[in-house]
Amino acid sequence: MGLSAVTVLGTDRPGVIAEVAGSLADCGVNIQDSTMTLLGGHVAMMLLVAGDLSAEQLRERMQVGELVVTAAAVEGRRDPCGAGTGLGYVLTLHGPDRPGIISSVSRVLASVGGNITGMSTTLSGRLYVLIADVDLPASVDVADLMRRLAVVGAGLGSEITFRPCESDLL
Amino acid sequence: MSGVPRDVLGAPHPVLSASAEPVDPTDPFVVSAAADLLATLREAGMLTGLAAPQVGLSWRLIAFDAGRHPRSRSSAGALALVNPRLAEASHWRVGREGCLSVRGLFAEVPRAAQITVCGQLPGSGEPVTIEADAFEARCIQHQLDHLDGVLFLDRVSGARALHHRSHSCYA
Repeated sequence: MGLSAVTVLGTDRPGVIAEVAGSLADCGVNIQDSTMTLLGGHVAMMLLVAGDLSAEQLRERMQVGELVVTAAAVEGRRDPCGAGTGLGYVLTLHGPDRPGIISSVSRVLASVGGNITGMSTTLSGRLYVLIADVDLPASVDVADLMRRLAVVGAGLGSEITFRPCESDLL
Repeated sequence: MSGVPRDVLGAPHPVLSASAEPVDPTDPFVVSAAADLLATLREAGMLTGLAAPQVGLSWRLIAFDAGRHPRSRSSAGALALVNPRLAEASHWRVGREGCLSVRGLFAEVPRAAQITVCGQLPGSGEPVTIEADAFEARCIQHQLDHLDGVLFLDRVSGARALHHRSHSCYA
């Protein structure tokens, strides 16, 4: 049984998810991980599915009307805890929209080995908002990182906050 | 004093990112601004709280009326507070909130569900202490953040906690 990464893009309307999930079920595959959101009113789905069909066969057999489907083989599941050496943080940026915001912020995080594990950006009127879940290696000088992020934020005319993510195991 | 509804600033705006200054609660301009905040609240339908920076005044002045919200428990009524200060906070909860200065976006934000806030009444300058819980506590903390140049976006609990639409009230 192989794993495939499937993406579905198209105009949002009631019944899209039912159509995609039904088509995958007809193909005999099981949806493992999935996420769906709206990007500017367009539905965007990403799914990790397991079944006997190859990615190419899935792409050919899925019956989802006008939706754009891609599928690619994935080697196997990776344990998200396997690389979990670090500490969780949430980064928030808000300010005027301009090109290069994500690249500027992500470059600073990457320079210290930070890993963005989730990200959401949106433009609402003139306000651009970026929220990112970040894993940092325990060895990172967080105070220094925050100073560098503040400099980047000032250069973008934006406010950046960077704070620990509180995930208590009870 | 009846007050006059004012236009509410939208982010990004420098006043919304600045730390507000303490003010004299007996200053007639402050008294007038407090009345204007309450008038803006009354006129704005779903709005339950407002801070002076949202109308372009970098002053430590807030107004709220949580009694209009269906999820409120405590309610001090329609009230303006000058130089408010959070004295105690406990019982943290995550709830969804929005802001008239950040239109169209809502997010899950952790806030204390029981708080004690100290401040002064506009006009007399009389010190007051407010015990608030549930929605009123959330609303007051949201306004206090505005006085420190902090938006609810700065307290979002994670990348998946930001939403475009909600049935929540504007805090």
